[in-house]
Amino acid sequence: MIVVEQKPLEDILDMVKDCDRMLVLGCDGCSGIYQVGGEKQAEMLSSMLRMGKKTKGENKEGDLKIEASTVLRQCDKEIVREALEGSIGGYDAVLSMACGAGVQTVAEVFPEKLVHPAVNTKFIGMQDREMGDLHERCRACGDCILAETGGVCPIARCAKSLLNGPCGGQVEGKCEVGGYEHDCAWILIYNKLKEFERLDQFLKLRLMRDNRISESPRDLKGSIKYSGGGD
Amino acid sequence: MEAYSNLMQEILNGKFVFTGELEPEKTTDLNELVEGAKPLVGYAVACNVTDNPQSMAYMSSLVASYLVQRDAGMETIYQLRCSDRNRLALTADVLGAAALGLKNILALTGDHVSLGDNPGAKAVYDLDAVLLTYMIRKMVDEGVDLAGKPIHEPPKLHVGVAVNPNADPLEAEIIKLKRKEVAGAEFVQTQVVYEMEKVDSLFEIYNQYGIKVPVLIGIFPMKNYGVADYFDKNIPGVSVPKELLEILKMASEITDKKERKEKYLEINLEYFENFVRDIMKSEAKGVHVMAVGYEQMVRELIARVRGEG
Repeated sequence: MIVVEQKPLEDILDMVKDCDRMLVLGCDGCSGIYQVGGEKQAEMLSSMLRMGKKTKGENKEGDLKIEASTVLRQCDKEIVREALEGSIGGYDAVLSMACGAGVQTVAEVFPEKLVHPAVNTKFIGMQDREMGDLHERCRACGDCILAETGGVCPIARCAKSLLNGPCGGQVEGKCEVGGYEHDCAWILIYNKLKEFERLDQFLKLRLMRDNRISESPRDLKGSIKYSGGGD
Repeated sequence: MEAYSNLMQEILNGKFVFTGELEPEKTTDLNELVEGAKPLVGYAVACNVTDNPQSMAYMSSLVASYLVQRDAGMETIYQLRCSDRNRLALTADVLGAAALGLKNILALTGDHVSLGDNPGAKAVYDLDAVLLTYMIRKMVDEGVDLAGKPIHEPPKLHVGVAVNPNADPLEAEIIKLKRKEVAGAEFVQTQVVYEMEKVDSLFEIYNQYGIKVPVLIGIFPMKNYGVADYFDKNIPGVSVPKELLEILKMASEITDKKERKEKYLEINLEYFENFVRDIMKSEAKGVHVMAVGYEQMVRELIARVRGEG
């Protein structure tokens, strides 16, 4: 899923200091699932913003309208339009708690509204409920080689995104970047391929990437074929 | 195989070779570097010139390599990292190196930029050491760049790589060396080792994978206890043998400067002369002496093992 992290409250207050009538919009997609940008968090943030703004005294109290809502997925134009078209008129701005794609979808559907991000989009990751952690696992590079690397992605998990690792910066399977806390992706790959008796894959010289594959902005035109409704 | 450099000629002739190391720093003045290279002429066949070592933003290794060759008469091994340059910049630098008469390149992935003195820099790694080796050989052998575009007057130089005999698991490191050989590596210089066991384990797996590329074992005589202690604590995966560290520490307590200096020299010579003689009996084709700024030691050590000392 896409991992987001809420911005510091002070930064958000500064960002929305000119907005009196604002909708704090959660997303029940990725950011809602691990409870950073879902319904509850949107409600909590909206009440904190009301308090914060009152304390700062930047807005006339009577003019202040900060409310919370949530949509199923902010990255879907139809869902966003259907969910908000009846109520959006009452606000000047939207403070989105979705990833950057969600923020921009809302802005594109309602171009007359100011849309600001309440979160920083961090990475595509894996949730570890037991530890309460989120770990990066994919860089959306557009050319997946997980079949050759024992299911461990060197693009996302090697600090240098090497195609031909490990480099000299690993000690006993730990990476020097970040102080030997992270596993060296290439040692994980080596161990996995050795376990599956597939070291031939480890021996393989991987040629350079065609970086045009991951050049932004990327589109997949006309590739979505729905059998039913918009969900 | 044609040798373009003295280094490669000597390796092909079966001579046990010695290479040294020079480190340009954050300066525009290369006088000290050039002067440091002069005493090694006739002892080391070539000297590596480091490229932003440990990701410190230093003077260009290309320029320093050229000036050392021109002003000190010392052949250089131009170190080239992938950390700071994409394939276009690497191509440009290889062509430039050949135009300036450089004959050897050491292809390195390079330490991560976040560990250096400009930690917020964007790390490039468009290529890695394996792919840089592949690119250079394509340029030299086929006369084309990485995209297959023809080069007018292709470069004539050799490409070497690095390997770390201290790596654990070692097999993963040696398989990577195999990839480097497949990519066209012509010589290997190792990370610093202090013990023959490390050299022997390296060659054991090296032979298991049928690797043939000539290996120069990296050693690091230490000018004083401070250098040894820093190296022991800060270079990942390498530790200075305790006994050696201990006697260097004892030497550091000698108050007379001249006497202390002589003691350091004596300790280093005793340890490394024996070590190099052992290395000479192994499958290694040479020794890479990484004693930056310790020319006296490098000269003496080479002279002794050659029976000239």
